[in-house]
Amino acid sequence: MAFPKKPDPAFLAKQAVVIRKDIVEMLGTAGSGHTGGSLSCVDLLVCLYFSEMNHDPQNPAWPQRDRFILSKGHAAPALYSVLARTGYFPLDKLCTLRQLDSILQGHPDMNKTPGVEMSTGSLGQGLSVACGMAVAAGLQSKKAAYRVYALLGDGELNEGQVWEAVMSAAHYGLSNLCALVDHNGLQIDGATCQIMNLDPLPDKWRAFGWHVLEANGHDHAAILAALAKARLEKERPTVILAKTVKGQGVSFMQNQAGWHGIAPSLEQVCSALEELK
Amino acid sequence: MSGKIATREAYGKMLAELGETCPDLVVLDADLSCSTKTNIFAKKFPERFFNVGVAEQNLIGWAAGLAVSGKVPFASTFAVFATARAFDQVRNSVAFPNVNVKIAASHAGLSVGADGASHQSIEDIALMRIMPNFTVVVPADGPQAALATRLVYEHRGPVYLRLGRPAVEDIPASVPFVLGQAQILRRGTDATVIACGTMVRESLLAADDLGREGVSVRVINMHTIKPLDQAAVLEAARQTGAVITAEEHTIIGGLGSAVAEVLAEAGGAVPFRRLGVSDQFGESGEPEELFERYGINARHIAAAVRAALAGKR
Repeated sequence: MAFPKKPDPAFLAKQAVVIRKDIVEMLGTAGSGHTGGSLSCVDLLVCLYFSEMNHDPQNPAWPQRDRFILSKGHAAPALYSVLARTGYFPLDKLCTLRQLDSILQGHPDMNKTPGVEMSTGSLGQGLSVACGMAVAAGLQSKKAAYRVYALLGDGELNEGQVWEAVMSAAHYGLSNLCALVDHNGLQIDGATCQIMNLDPLPDKWRAFGWHVLEANGHDHAAILAALAKARLEKERPTVILAKTVKGQGVSFMQNQAGWHGIAPSLEQVCSALEELK
Repeated sequence: MSGKIATREAYGKMLAELGETCPDLVVLDADLSCSTKTNIFAKKFPERFFNVGVAEQNLIGWAAGLAVSGKVPFASTFAVFATARAFDQVRNSVAFPNVNVKIAASHAGLSVGADGASHQSIEDIALMRIMPNFTVVVPADGPQAALATRLVYEHRGPVYLRLGRPAVEDIPASVPFVLGQAQILRRGTDATVIACGTMVRESLLAADDLGREGVSVRVINMHTIKPLDQAAVLEAARQTGAVITAEEHTIIGGLGSAVAEVLAEAGGAVPFRRLGVSDQFGESGEPEELFERYGINARHIAAAVRAALAGKR
């Protein structure tokens, strides 16, 4: 089964629920990990992997595939579930998350997990790597052979290296590069506006020379529309600032900074799964 | 005939030469291409050269992205910035994923000279050698730097290539230059000096002096610090009974430490001295003045050998 598929709203909605359930179960089993930020980026990943990106789980090294980098590597459970659900590895691997000898490390490891394009975890580094990939796509011919997507957290934007990468992507006109910001407004120690204010975020990206799009990061139609617009841009890199809710889908986790770096208890897993039915 | 060329210059010229036959070779710099000599490649192959500006962390990330896309990127800037400033990027985006990035950094060591301590990288060998997957190479002269550049390109995996600013005299070498294989330049029997980079020539001069005193000194060019040629170290200790290391680097964590680790684990202690910068920062000055001030030139090496020989008796 190769992607992209024709976007079917009901199918995507169903996948998003399945993946949120996977995340809650994986983290509950692991007993540690990052729940809030994994749940907030699910819809972005679903749109990318089930609809937008050219990729073939049966042939992960296909040279023409689109690339994805999870720069906010702590959301690994979301990526792992999506990779398993698209067929990169068997579903039964998901329950091994964070265990000794698992192919699913606490943060993404490209040498252990099929489909992971780059090892990440130390925040701020993914977009630079994405720039290198994007430029490599265009080295052989005038037209870039593939597109490159990088998903960043909003707290991650505190890292200076992100802005070095932002500057360089615009300078080299990497129009086959699309950054997505999972803008859930919360970082470990609290609200982004209190810990390190990002506003005015769209203006910042625009001032750096990027094509800036904003979307509701849980509205599949809106995300797909933004991704389609990004594909049409031929001069500049695109950023999709996706407004999201940390812990999206589970009422008692939503908008709670405290759910950044903890896993649910068995009881909490059960009530979360009940809600996600 | 002996020539004189900076290792950075030999590197830059070889990059430009390799560019002709190696289409996957890509070169990156962080606004120092005139100094690192990547500008020679840049002029010849502008479509495969990327200047990311004064942004070393981003430089390493770009290189990692190109490497995982099948290119062979050489990322260049000053050693102090490539290693210390971008250390987390080198660790997490290059060493840990084990991607094929070549970090070729110039202006290493005290011989940067007048720019002073902020620009004198005396920790880079230690920083790069402690990371899994990295190969660390320190050529001693221009021809070696050119050879090393070619070998580093051909090697698969992350490499740190340490280059210097000043022009250095060519070193006569009758043994081949192979990564990971120490070059025995003098087959002495009384003591061994294991050196890298600019200190190889100083060691040869010291060996000449000592030879006039009737002391036979083995001189080893340990151009590959990692993986270290352990057999050459142990053989030198066994056959000559005294070992002195010399490097343009802090004595903590560099070549001297690497040799000490091998000798200590093997047991059978021999008199041993590490010459290098002794746990302090440098300062402005001419390279020769700094070598004298910080105790790393032929005179100091000869003195260390004499002291070690006294310890043997």
